Amino acid sequence: MSKQVNLTIDNQAVTAAEGALIVDAAKKVGINIPVFCYHPKLEPAGMCRMCLVEIGRPVIDRATGAPVMEGGKPKLQFGPKLETSCTTPVSEGMVVITNSEKVKAARKDVVEFLLTSHPLDCPVCDKGGECPLQNLTLAHGPATSRFLFNEKNHNAKHVPLGDLIYLDRERCIQCGRCVRFQEKIAGDPVIGFYNRGRQMEIVTFSEPGFDSYFSGNTTDICPVGALTSADFRFGARPWEMKATASICTHCAVGCNLAFNVRREVGGKNGSPSKGGIVIKRALPRQNEAVNELWICDKGRFAYQYSESPTRLATPLVRKDGELTPASWDVALEYAAEGLLGESKPGQAKDLLVIGSGRLANEDLFTLRKLAEGAGGQAALYSQSGGGDLLAQVGAAPGTNLASLGKGSVILVVASDLHEEAPIWFLRVKQAAERGATLIVAAGRPTRLDRYAKYVIRYAYGEEAQIVAALGDSPRRAELVEAAKPAAAAKPAAAAKLVEAAKPAAAAKTVEAAKPAAAARLVEAAEAFGKAENALVFFGSDGLGQSGAQSVAQACAQLLAATRHVGRPNNGLIPVWGRANEQGGWELGLKAANLQTALQASTTAYIVAADPYGDDPSLPAPSFLVVQELFLTETARRADVVFPAQAFTERDGSFTSGERRVQRYYPATPALADCRPDYAISAELGQHLGLKLEGRSAAAIFAQIATEIPAYKGLTYRRLAETTNATAIGAAKDPRDAEERRCADLYYSGAGYENTQGLGVQLPLQTLSPALSKPAAAPAAQLSKTGLLAVPVTQLYDLGQTVLPSALLRQRIGEAWVGVNPADAAEAGIEAGAAPAAIVQVVLPGKPEWRAAARIDERTPRGVLLIPRSMGLPLNAPLPGASIRPVVRRDSQEAASQQPA
Amino acid sequence: MAEHILLRHRDIPNIDRLEVYRQQGGFEAFQKAVASLTPDAVTDIVKASGLRGRGGAGFPTGMKWSFTDRKNWPHYVVCNADESEPGTFKDREILTGNPFQLLEGVAIASYAVGARVAYIYLRGEFWPIARELDKRIAELEAAGLLGDKLFGTEYSLRIYTHLGAGAYICGEETALLESIEGKLGQPRLRPPFPPAVGLFGKPTVINNTETLANVPLILQRGAEWFRSFGTEKSPGVKIFSLSGCVNRPGNYELPLGTTFRELIMGRGGGIAYGHKIKAIMPAGNSSSLIVATDEALNTPMDYESVPKLGAQLGSASVIVIDDSVDIPWLINKTVHFFRHESCGKCTPCREGTYWMSQLTERIAAGHATAEDVALLKAVAGQIKGKCFCALGEFSIEAVLSGMDRFKDDFEAKVSSYE
Amino acid sequence: MMMLKDTYSAEIEATLAKYPPENKRAAVMPLLHLAQRENGYVTKSALYEIADLCGVAVTEVASIMGFYTLYHDQPGGKYRLQVCTDLPCALRGANEFLEQLCANVGVKVGETTADGMITIEAVTCLAGCNKAPMFQVQTGEGLEYYENQTVESAVALINDLVKR
Ligand SMILES: Cc1cc2nc3c(=O)[nH]c(=O)nc-3n(C[C@H](O)[C@H](O)[C@H](O)COP(=O)(O)O)c2cc1C
Ligand code: SF4
Ligand code: FES
Repeated sequence: MSKQVNLTIDNQAVTAAEGALIVDAAKKVGINIPVFCYHPKLEPAGMCRMCLVEIGRPVIDRATGAPVMEGGKPKLQFGPKLETSCTTPVSEGMVVITNSEKVKAARKDVVEFLLTSHPLDCPVCDKGGECPLQNLTLAHGPATSRFLFNEKNHNAKHVPLGDLIYLDRERCIQCGRCVRFQEKIAGDPVIGFYNRGRQMEIVTFSEPGFDSYFSGNTTDICPVGALTSADFRFGARPWEMKATASICTHCAVGCNLAFNVRREVGGKNGSPSKGGIVIKRALPRQNEAVNELWICDKGRFAYQYSESPTRLATPLVRKDGELTPASWDVALEYAAEGLLGESKPGQAKDLLVIGSGRLANEDLFTLRKLAEGAGGQAALYSQSGGGDLLAQVGAAPGTNLASLGKGSVILVVASDLHEEAPIWFLRVKQAAERGATLIVAAGRPTRLDRYAKYVIRYAYGEEAQIVAALGDSPRRAELVEAAKPAAAAKPAAAAKLVEAAKPAAAAKTVEAAKPAAAARLVEAAEAFGKAENALVFFGSDGLGQSGAQSVAQACAQLLAATRHVGRPNNGLIPVWGRANEQGGWELGLKAANLQTALQASTTAYIVAADPYGDDPSLPAPSFLVVQELFLTETARRADVVFPAQAFTERDGSFTSGERRVQRYYPATPALADCRPDYAISAELGQHLGLKLEGRSAAAIFAQIATEIPAYKGLTYRRLAETTNATAIGAAKDPRDAEERRCADLYYSGAGYENTQGLGVQLPLQTLSPALSKPAAAPAAQLSKTGLLAVPVTQLYDLGQTVLPSALLRQRIGEAWVGVNPADAAEAGIEAGAAPAAIVQVVLPGKPEWRAAARIDERTPRGVLLIPRSMGLPLNAPLPGASIRPVVRRDSQEAASQQPA
Repeated sequence: MAEHILLRHRDIPNIDRLEVYRQQGGFEAFQKAVASLTPDAVTDIVKASGLRGRGGAGFPTGMKWSFTDRKNWPHYVVCNADESEPGTFKDREILTGNPFQLLEGVAIASYAVGARVAYIYLRGEFWPIARELDKRIAELEAAGLLGDKLFGTEYSLRIYTHLGAGAYICGEETALLESIEGKLGQPRLRPPFPPAVGLFGKPTVINNTETLANVPLILQRGAEWFRSFGTEKSPGVKIFSLSGCVNRPGNYELPLGTTFRELIMGRGGGIAYGHKIKAIMPAGNSSSLIVATDEALNTPMDYESVPKLGAQLGSASVIVIDDSVDIPWLINKTVHFFRHESCGKCTPCREGTYWMSQLTERIAAGHATAEDVALLKAVAGQIKGKCFCALGEFSIEAVLSGMDRFKDDFEAKVSSYE
Repeated sequence: MMMLKDTYSAEIEATLAKYPPENKRAAVMPLLHLAQRENGYVTKSALYEIADLCGVAVTEVASIMGFYTLYHDQPGGKYRLQVCTDLPCALRGANEFLEQLCANVGVKVGETTADGMITIEAVTCLAGCNKAPMFQVQTGEGLEYYENQTVESAVALINDLVKR
């Protein structure tokens, strides 16, 4: 524990960690010093001057170093001026006064200054009701204005900073929180100040404007109504809305959300509400171990899919070749008959049940029960693999990225975290900035490289070998040998593993760079081995199922070999593409090769997955039941379609990539006739002659807790527990949560304290001896004919859960393919043209596809980067690809979508 | 008349040419320092001279040099040639008239603190001067007086110019550092102070141009010689930039402790157009207004005496105000300057200067009420002591002293002044 | 599109070399000066190029341009005649000088002449207080000071500039 110092704040004795700021120390004992520019997650700036206090320090005798005494007490020296408590660290014997007349007068002065140029348009301001400026004005400000109203500085009021965020320049109080958040926390300085003095205003020059995945967070921390989201502005008043706790469904991080809802007619985004409850906005809910106070823009805006007017609202049954609406009874009956066929109940051997990580633990568990009961097989719909290893080597309970710093190593393999899991990107970046050693191993440059101590570049297909090399010293020695210029000719395979960090430089001095790269690998391996704590993230950059499986295996062995398992802040974190893919693995569903699995089955029940959309060439079963939110490609082929409830309409639990089980709650009533997935499956089971629990998510969770060892002892109540320890300001007001939220100035009015559950991380099983053996490096398996097409992830894609968000749709952009300039030149495609050249991408066995070529050095030679869910279904790396130029048909339109 | 120490070009023609400067013993001090003195010995000489910073605060220069953190390297020296205080034009004359003496001063300071790179930060308007300096630096490199392994030692030094682009605040040392780093010119939180964490996060000594121009002769002629000028606590000479309502405005190099009367009435030739002197601003726009009584005129201009008049010596930019000048008009000028130059970082300065400017505008135009006048005083008082840096605090000096010391002028401006 | 790199590669190199390689950002201000010399103001494409050269976001470069008054984000007259009207100069008649000069040229303060040649502006102190009235002329090539001016001398200079 760090050194503690003793001080006095308003006559209260306080003990605080050395280096803590006065404002935080005061908060801990329930003294709220008002702030505007300070935010506990940002570096102090001392700009707004709201937090001025009187500070006295003991006078120290220079000769003895001891405090000078006066009347039995240490003599204090107060400075001639008030000081900012947000920038001043506590020190031994300090006396702080936050409630004197002098301090109160200073606050009033500062508020009055801020209000001189503020428009005072609270009645029409989105922040009204949760606005720190409003609250602090009431608490500390002057009663009347002495400023001549018509001398106010006027500024533009509705300035779009891109399509997601709007700025009201008159309301801005120049606190710089937004600018500091983007620069320091997000590492994305796409907004800044322009001009100076009273003319100072926020601007963006990025293309598109405010081009950051984290932009929405600035609307939460803006202490006035200057920054608002396009989603919520003019949407509702804070006091009209209720808040429901939820969990984001877009990636494996499991960010804690709060949905604000209100009863209204019509709803936004064309949602079909007829006077029902609709969601007005999604806000982060504080969970210091998961997302702190942040969420990414996908999590903030993409929930809109749940309110999409294209949602399925009634069951559909195929009649005369057409899908036609039917009652639940008819649909269930028809589905059960179709699935059973000639077999007796319990013997539907050829039934394949598929569920995805979009589903809750309760749904997946029910699906497995159904498949087992019916005699069929249950599969997890996933393009990734290796999830079964996590029960042994996953992140140990107590793991918290926020506690990683010096002495820790984080290895990120095969993941562009910024695209795959933005909040992990943000937290890994911060850990690196706190001193954790970051190793990034990827087939191409990613945004995380900037923060890495070691960047290791491999050729796609050789991911697992690189990971193995990090853990296996004899093999490393061999690598170094191989990379020495003299020996380079012989074991070429090994030398090839290690590429220069900067591909641009590669052409110049590939040979010269190899020893450096090999040395880097050796150093990285040593750092990893020696680290006190080590976390490994593995993602899906350029990987398919089997590739992911081998990477996961290699990572598991690396962790086991270096004894980085079973302790907090150690272990493997999978960057799954869906929120609850981990839950699927934990509950015994495995990713299957659908080509063979579907071949082997005659009937299928597919839930929350679109395999035919992702790969139209999959074999078709003779009878297909689909359970979905939308009429997907797969649903179109079904014999029966069940309309499911969205996650916003029901409760359930997810298990995150860090194996944290977290609950979410219903925010809105269900759409029309939709039912929760678990309930539909249970009923279908009953029609198949099975007895399945389906009354409530809680009841199923209780069953999970008795049957699945990892979940043993867990209850919904435990998942809903919170502790004060994680809240930034631990001092709690006994008033109700909503009140407290507004009173808590640290939140700046938006964002929610966590009152509905921090979740519980699953315990680990003991390590099997097989994993402790040194890794046998798997051979590289990818053939080298033609170009190698590899799937990569882009945060905003054309997926069903993104497209319905009108806001994000604008940011998706056109389909693209990443090409190396040399490969482009060989294919006769001109680099640097604007708009980008359109190319025809030809992949063996795949439909032809056109995309804009992104020609730059970031794509390795011989590789085509194919974004997932952008039109070309590619689930695994595929050799033999080629490209050829196409004349742009509508260059006008393409140009308008192209960044300048 | 005594020989000049800083404005030597006035005595020695063509001292802005390297060969002439060297004929006068130029760069011998630097060579002596590098070849035969330890850095600490150089610092000690400067300490002994009692040289105090000429940029405004009067901080002892040798002491500042000795604060550089020896555990954190490299170190930098930055010469502050931002010269943006209205009424100040002394550094410009050194830079154009006697540039090699400044460059030698920069070089000696760099050696003393172990810096191998020094930057001269010039206000953007000094673009032509920077061009000339660049050429002179190149000449010095060609002559082996700057560059690698100087005088057969391991010591190397590069000097670069860096141009501002129109921002008074960049004269403030931490804003200046931000500006060199390619950021907005906004001041930094202190502590840490630049000698601990300065340019590019490294220990940095920042000195005013005039301060550094003193250094070569201190080394050449010794601390005692330097102390033979000026007063006990404010030794040496100072360039006084004299402007405003005088017959002979200009720079005057005089010992510290010379009286206002000697500068204004003697050197400056007295008040122009037969007017009478009304007020003095000894530190440019940032100054309090001194009522020009006999007592004030007889006050010595040094760091200790001027505060007794309720003002500061600051950069010694003496603006003379005659009896034709209306003080409300004057403070409207100064307030507009600060409003224009406020960097916007802190609330009291950003909002306060804006508010004050609205009020002074109205008062100066004669459209104000007594309430406006009272409000101006209140607003100025409200700014006081709350600002992030000194700029905001400077902005109220003339306002408060003017309202206090020239009440009549304000009374005349409003009908119902009480 | 014309890039600064094409015309000024040596100067850009020399500028970058002044600062430690890990602090390339320090070159933003000198490069903005360079860009302004090229066009009389800083074009949007120059902002992008500088961002690229210094490895910072374009918004950061723009932010710096916006803070400092000597950089212009809009084209003005070919010559910007900037008269100091700060206190010391004003005490020596700078305001009257500016007023009469504007009347003579036929523009208001801050405006540009119809031929696009001359913009007349009022600015804060230029460190020429003892030689008021004074002004600087900002052009593509750089800056020049004109001191101890009269309206006649200034008008003559303007006539001269227009002919250049
Ligand atoms: C608003 C403001 C403007 C300043 N302007 C200048 C300036 O133009 N030139 C200067 O040398 N010092 C200026 N200073 C003082 C510097 O911050 C710093 O104290 C000085 O450069 C230190 O050098 P010295 O110790 O040699 O005086 C200014 C300070 C403030 C607060
Ligand atoms: S927009 Fe909001 S967060 Fe940003 S500076 Fe203005 S008030 Fe602060
Ligand atoms: S100055 Fe402390 S909160 Fe703004």
